Amino acid sequence: MTQRHQRLTTTNVACGVGAVILALICGVSFGPAGLRWPGVVSNLLAHVHVPGIRSTLTARQNTILWQIRIPRVVLAGLVGSVLSLAGGAYQGVFRNSLADPYLLGIAAGAGLGATTVIVYGEHWGSTSTLVPLAAFGGALVAVVIAYSVASLADARRLNSGTLLLSGIATASFLTAIQTFVQQTRADTLRRVYGWILGRLNSVGWHDVLVILPYCMVAIVVILLHGRLLDVLAVGDDHAEHLGVNAARVRLIVVAAASLGTAAAVAVSGLIGFVGLVVPHIIRLLVGSSYRVLLPLCLFGGAAFLILSDLAARTAVSPGELPIGVVTAFVGAPFFAFILRTTRRTS
Amino acid sequence: MSTMTLQNVGVEIDGHPIVDDVSFDVPAGTWLSLIGPNGAGKSTLLKACSGSLPHTGDITIDGRDHGRIKRKERARLVAHMPQRAMVPDLMPVFDFVCLGRTPHLKYLGTESTRDLVVVRDLLERLDLVDLAARHLGSLSGGELQRAVLAQALAQQAPILILDEPTAALDVGHQWTVLELVDKMRTECGLTVIAALHDLGLVGQFSDLVVLLDHGRAIASGTPAAVLTHERLTSLYHAPLHVDVDDNGRVSIYPRRPNPTTNQGSHHD
Repeated sequence: MTQRHQRLTTTNVACGVGAVILALICGVSFGPAGLRWPGVVSNLLAHVHVPGIRSTLTARQNTILWQIRIPRVVLAGLVGSVLSLAGGAYQGVFRNSLADPYLLGIAAGAGLGATTVIVYGEHWGSTSTLVPLAAFGGALVAVVIAYSVASLADARRLNSGTLLLSGIATASFLTAIQTFVQQTRADTLRRVYGWILGRLNSVGWHDVLVILPYCMVAIVVILLHGRLLDVLAVGDDHAEHLGVNAARVRLIVVAAASLGTAAAVAVSGLIGFVGLVVPHIIRLLVGSSYRVLLPLCLFGGAAFLILSDLAARTAVSPGELPIGVVTAFVGAPFFAFILRTTRRTS
Repeated sequence: MSTMTLQNVGVEIDGHPIVDDVSFDVPAGTWLSLIGPNGAGKSTLLKACSGSLPHTGDITIDGRDHGRIKRKERARLVAHMPQRAMVPDLMPVFDFVCLGRTPHLKYLGTESTRDLVVVRDLLERLDLVDLAARHLGSLSGGELQRAVLAQALAQQAPILILDEPTAALDVGHQWTVLELVDKMRTECGLTVIAALHDLGLVGQFSDLVVLLDHGRAIASGTPAAVLTHERLTSLYHAPLHVDVDDNGRVSIYPRRPNPTTNQGSHHD
């Protein structure tokens, strides 16, 4: 008999933090640059001033570790956290378990922005700088279009079904334009597909620092709305009876989730599966309360994407797999396993 | 304690009038039952009373225009138990009932110890303690109905709107639930507006009855005045037997005519 509501327990948090730490250690210890894990561990311990420990890495290896590998692992953790959290939030506001962070056309908008720069932007400046900007802008414009179309169609009170349909229509429209743009230049197709399949091959801390403020805003706003997402789960009418303005909560959460997703997509391309499956796995393990689910999505998403990125850069070393391929390849069987186990138990 | 007054209230859905020119007063601490055949407009009128459907005419709570009261304050004044609640299958009963405390919390607030005490008390009163950790999706219809009622009661609003609160309950739980609501009415001055199909329960629990037909109030008053054999028989097209006791309580039950036996010995 439980006489308290579902809440985040110390065990939940410890498991989440443990998973992220384990993933971080694996992520920074293994890779194609020839850094051996004992050397990496000694370097990390020396950096936090553990008495009696000295780094065994050379200066070059130290630079590779701190300027390439660690930023990449941190970026993977940040992107995974935000995509997973945004997916959980979208599933909450739409009361739809198939919702993912790309539902309102973010992927299509970002894809169009990035494709346009890759195809036509070679004379506009550095494409490595412009592509993230264009993807970020395209993603936000897509969400604004989806929301505006839905608001026009459902003037009295915007409901989640209308917004969902509007998102699908917006995504289809923008994807059509993106496909047209990419077909106009055959020589850039490979780069376009490379971006669409997702990648985390950033250099240094720049990408992390650029998206960090947007991600932090998204994370804080979404986590604070956990209880209100539980209220939305009983339906808009019932939420109104409980004194909650469902449309306003939906707007705030969608705006925050979209901001975080747009920032993540801008630097990582379109990494699928994380935002859909990680919240489901967490839900199957700890239940449906968004107050518990959302914080654990942060940990789960980070650990999942760090390990996926590790697989992406080591599986066919010295080559690299698109991370979106890895997330789907690893995530789908794992999800099936969790689904089978928990359903049997229940 | 709060009073609700309806004056010439009308509700249209997609251009069709569902409720038309309905007026009545619900004095504080009174139990008013809305009755009428299927499609009479009972649920629609209740939704207008709780503020979830736009309407014409005036609805006031303690003299204040109901439409001008802010959403959250209105939720502290009026609790609504819907006929068909949307329930998240994986949500535990305790969490679901806790959501009833929402009108008492700040926008991003969470339940205090006092809120949890209120919830635990209601779980006990509604015989839900053993189900507190169960997921809503695993409950029977009657158990779910009690959970939804517990959530509405957790709002601790002075006006309680019930839309078919006993529809999925067995006789024992029907009685327990309505006795609990009635006890809270007498102890806390709760004003109850309930749509009920079971005329027997209407006759036993109501102070006032409003009879709706095709969206219009065709009779209102005490149960003894409204629930007459002639009126009910002609409206429901069913052989209903009506008894009124010395306290004005009305017993109504169907009695099937059977020429081969003594009709007076057959009680449902």
